[in-house]
Amino acid sequence: MADSKYLVDVKDLKEYFPIKTGFFGYEPLKAVDGVSFNIKPGETLGLVGESGCGKTTVGRTLLRLYKPTGGEFRFNGELVTDENITDLRKQMQMVFQDPYSSLDPRMTVEDIIGEPLDVHKLCTSRADRRERILHLMELVGLNAEHATRYAHEFSGGQRQRIGIARALAVNPKFIVCDEPVSALDVSIQAQVINMFEDLQQKLGVAYLFIAHDLLVVHHISNRIAVMYLGRIVEIADANELNEKPLHPYTLSLLSAVPIPDPKKARASQRIILKGDVPSPLHMPSGCAFRTRCPYATEHCAQEIPQLTDRGNGHMSACFEK
Amino acid sequence: MEESVKIEAEGISEEAEEKVRENEENPVLSVRNLHTSFFTDSGEVKAVNGVSFNLKKGKILGIVGESGSGKSVTAYSIMQILADTGRVVEGEILYNGKNVLKFNKKEMHAFRGDKCSIIFQDPMTSLNPTFTIGSQINEAIMLHTDRKTRKAATARSIELLEMVGVNEPEKRISQYPHELSGGMRQRVMIAMALACEPDILIADEPTTALDVTIQAQILELMKSLQEKMGMAIILVTHDLGVIAYMCDEIIVMYGGRVCERGTADDIFYRPCHEYTKGLLRSIPNIENMKERLVPIAGSPINLLNLPKGCAFCARCDNAMKICLEEVPPEMEMPDGHFASCWLNVKKAAEQEQAEKQAGAAAVKAGADTTAAKADEKTGEAEV
Repeated sequence: MADSKYLVDVKDLKEYFPIKTGFFGYEPLKAVDGVSFNIKPGETLGLVGESGCGKTTVGRTLLRLYKPTGGEFRFNGELVTDENITDLRKQMQMVFQDPYSSLDPRMTVEDIIGEPLDVHKLCTSRADRRERILHLMELVGLNAEHATRYAHEFSGGQRQRIGIARALAVNPKFIVCDEPVSALDVSIQAQVINMFEDLQQKLGVAYLFIAHDLLVVHHISNRIAVMYLGRIVEIADANELNEKPLHPYTLSLLSAVPIPDPKKARASQRIILKGDVPSPLHMPSGCAFRTRCPYATEHCAQEIPQLTDRGNGHMSACFEK
Repeated sequence: MEESVKIEAEGISEEAEEKVRENEENPVLSVRNLHTSFFTDSGEVKAVNGVSFNLKKGKILGIVGESGSGKSVTAYSIMQILADTGRVVEGEILYNGKNVLKFNKKEMHAFRGDKCSIIFQDPMTSLNPTFTIGSQINEAIMLHTDRKTRKAATARSIELLEMVGVNEPEKRISQYPHELSGGMRQRVMIAMALACEPDILIADEPTTALDVTIQAQILELMKSLQEKMGMAIILVTHDLGVIAYMCDEIIVMYGGRVCERGTADDIFYRPCHEYTKGLLRSIPNIENMKERLVPIAGSPINLLNLPKGCAFCARCDNAMKICLEEVPPEMEMPDGHFASCWLNVKKAAEQEQAEKQAGAAAVKAGADTTAAKADEKTGEAEV
C-alpha cells in the first residue's frame, strides 16, 4: 500500500447518466463533471450545493454505488477499482439521508447493525457478534434492550443512530454522510451533530459531510467544498470560506442562508440570484454559473474556469473574482 | 409553597388577559383557546390544546415548532381544511369579530380563498398535474371575483403571474405544473393565493422544499407583496432563520400549546421559556461555530398521551414538581411578551417575597410614614 498524506484522494471524478432522448438516441447527463478533492485522516470535508448539483452522486460514486464514468479515486493511496471495492468497503461506509427508507422494516436493530459484520465475516462467534453489536449501540447512545426491536418503533433521531451504528460496524476510516440530519427536527439535529463530532474524536474517522444547510456544514466541517452543476467552484477552510468567500456563487449562497438572529437578518444585504439552476442536460457553455452570475463576461461563456489556488489552499474557479 | 405559587399565577394570568384585551386594536384574526383533535382508531390525538393569538393587520406572524407541535393544524383549523377525522373541539376563531367556526357553507365559501388563502409546503403536490397553470389560477378568479369569463380571468392571471415574477407569463399559463421548476411552481401557488387579494395569507412551510437561493427569492417576494398589498401573513415554519428574517411577531409551539409569544426580538434576545432557550442553543450560528452544540435531550412527545402538566417537562433540565402536575399559565413578561413556564411564575413569586421582606425591614427601621407605605405595599402584594 503506497503511503499517502491523504486518506481520500479524488481526481477528475466524472459520472454521466445516459438519458434517452429519442428512439435510439442517448444523451449524457453530466451529474458530476470533473471533481477533484482530498480528505486527510480524521478530517471532515463538507460538501454543499443546491439540489441537483451532484453532491449526492459524488458520495455514491466514491463508494461505487454508481460506476464512475471517468477519473480516479485513491483510498489510502490505493486505487479503487471494481475488484477491490468489496474489500475496501470495510474501510468506507455511508450514512443515508432518510432514516425511514434506509432501514429494512423487517429486520431487528440487532440484525441491521450485524449485517455488515456478517457480510464481511468479521465475527468469530455468536457471542462475539452480540457483544460487538451491543458495543456499537452503546457508542451511538442506544439502549441494549432496543436490540430486538424493529426500525419502525423508533423516532427519526434514533433511526439515524441505528444507521450510524451500522456504518460504524466494520470500523471504517471514512464515512460518507449524505444529508444525515436534514430529515430530523431542529432539536434532534444538534444531538446527532454532536454524536458525529464525538465519534470522530473517539474513533478518528474522516467524513465527507454532504448537506445543503450551510450553518450545519460550517459547524461540523474543517473544510468546505461548494458544488454547482457537477463541478466544485470553491474549496476552502470552513472559517475562511465563511469570512472571505471568493466565488460569486458561494457569496450568494452564503447571503441567502437565513440567519437565526433578527437584528442581523434585518441588517444583512442579501444577494438574490435571478432565475433557477439550469438543467444539467442543457448546460451553459463555459462557466455553468454565468447565466445567474452578476459578474459574468464574454470570457466566462467561452472557457470553463478551473480551480486555482488563491493562497492557503483556498481554491476558487472563477475568472473575475 | 406550590399552593401560593398557583394563586399568584392565576392573578397574573387574569391581569395578562386584561392587557391582551387592551392591546387588541382590531386584529384581523383572533384565535381564542383553540382546541383541535383528531379522532383516530387509537384514540383522540389532541393536536392543538388551547392556542390563542391575535393577527394584526399588515403584520407577519410566525408560528414555529417541531413536527407534531400543532403548528400546521392551527393553520388548517383557521381555513377549516382539516382531515375528516379532525375537529375543532373548543375555542373560537374570530375574523373581524365574526366566528369562522360558526360560518355556514356559503359564508365559509366566501371566506376561504377570498378573505383568507393558503400556500402549502410542496408546490408539486398542491397543483393539479392534469390542468394548465392558467386554468388553475382562472378557477380561483372566476369563483371569487366578478371576472366571470375565461378571457377576463386569463388577463388577470397573466397580471398575477407577472406580479410574482414569473417570466413570460403569456407562455406559462398554457404550461403544466411539471414543466416548471420548484421555485416557479411556488410562485404560481402564491399567484393563486393572491388572486382575490385576501386579508390573510397563510403560508405553511412555503420554502421548506426549496433550495436556499430559491428560498431567498420566494421570501423576498412574499415580503415585497406583503408591503404592496398590505395583507397579514401567518408563516408556519420550523426554520428559525426564516422566522428571524420575516416575522414581526412569533409564536413558539410545543405539544399543541403555545410556549411563548412576542416580537421577534423578544423571542430571540429575551427568551423566557425553557423550550425556546433550548431551541436557540441547539442551532448552529455564526458565533458558536467551534463550540459544541447544546441539544435538547430526549425526543418530541407523543400527542396520543399528553402529560398532565407542561408538555415540555420531560425534556426540560430545570423541571420542577409542579411542572409534572399542572399546565403552566400564560404570564406576561414585559410588553406583550407572553410565556407559559412555571419557572417564570416561581421567579415572580420569589421577587415579590423579596420585596415583601424589604418592606418589612423598612417597617422595623422606622418612621411612621414609611411604615404606612410599606403596609400598603405588602397589602397589595397579598392581593
